[in-house]
Amino acid sequence: MAQLSIIVNGQRHVNEIADNILLVDYIRETLALTGTHIGCDTSQCGACVVHVNGISVKSCTMLAAQADGAEVTTIEGISDGENLHPMQEAFHEQHGLQCGFCTPGMVMSAIELVEKNKDLSEQDIREGLEGNICRCTGYHNIVKAVQTAASKMQR
Amino acid sequence: MYATRYSKPKNIEEGVSALHAAEDGKLLAGGMTLIPTLKQRLAAPDCLIDLSTIGLSGISGAGDGLIIGAMTTHAEVERSADVQKQLPALSVLAGGIGDRQVRNCGTIGGSIANNDPAACYPAALLALAAQITTNKRTLAADDYFTGMFETALAEDEIITEIKFPKTHKASYAKFGNPASRYAMVGVFIAKTDAGGLRVAITGAGQDGVFRHNGLEAALAQSFDVAAIDATAIEDSELMSDIHASADYRAHLIKEMSKRALQAIG
Repeated sequence: MAQLSIIVNGQRHVNEIADNILLVDYIRETLALTGTHIGCDTSQCGACVVHVNGISVKSCTMLAAQADGAEVTTIEGISDGENLHPMQEAFHEQHGLQCGFCTPGMVMSAIELVEKNKDLSEQDIREGLEGNICRCTGYHNIVKAVQTAASKMQR
Repeated sequence: MYATRYSKPKNIEEGVSALHAAEDGKLLAGGMTLIPTLKQRLAAPDCLIDLSTIGLSGISGAGDGLIIGAMTTHAEVERSADVQKQLPALSVLAGGIGDRQVRNCGTIGGSIANNDPAACYPAALLALAAQITTNKRTLAADDYFTGMFETALAEDEIITEIKFPKTHKASYAKFGNPASRYAMVGVFIAKTDAGGLRVAITGAGQDGVFRHNGLEAALAQSFDVAAIDATAIEDSELMSDIHASADYRAHLIKEMSKRALQAIG
């Protein structure tokens, strides 16, 4: 057992955790933030993407202990009260989801992609989302959503 | 995942002590291979020793060549102005590993410590005649990669940094596996003062990364695509698996060599 001190969506949490608990399990089970999904559990699908110190990571491939002292943002932490984040709004407007299972990870990956890169081409967006798999294969509208959000976020 | 202990040493000495104290300790770098391995229960170390807080990250472009700390992530190498200026082929290579989240966590030291036969970095280190510095010694890349998932590292040896010599020409081309982006074949062609002209191949060899003598000799004679075309690529020592036959990998070696050469400028 180890002591974990972590800031998640702006709120500090201090917990005793098992050394081998994954960050995604800590987020979902200890903090009950179930917006972060577990799709494949083999580091491939990206449904579990969160931001750790501003960097997008697959939270199923990181121990919670590794995130000790870090600031974590999950899908629950990106809206401003009732106002959706521009990326969420764009996924809504462009119908960038079908079943919605991959959406939290897609949105978190896409936010980092847009924040760190200017003038993204369609190809850049497709390559930038390589770590996120949509089993409904709804990629066209996801790309459109990211383009829409990018134009708003970078205006 | 089996139960395991986690420790976060503050310096190399503490890391080595933790390794000695553990029965079967494992060093944790970016975790992009190790954690999936643990989750699949393919390994059960009793202790994970996290190297993220012992100051092994960073890139220095001063002097002749580049020095990259072992815990520097692929994303940091990809975006480094020093790497882009002095060794752009390495930035391209780093930017083609896995996906963005893998590049955000995965490290150069972790990659070469694991020495996956389909990893990209081993080809760069071998072609560029890089030197690997550990807490014990400095090793030439030629002596470091000793086989599939095998290296010259001792059990309690920790990579601290990788030094790339002054490079005149360098280019990397890979045919990535469409699902994993691991190299089905990756070819790194380089000309350095330290190593001369080298062609290193990853993703194809039964013993991991290797230099291709035939391509090196042909390109030493004539540094052009025709020389590659005229070189026979033997497939008897190449890997055959569900992704590609040895014969197909031999074909890819020739094609990726041509692409690397064409991009070398």
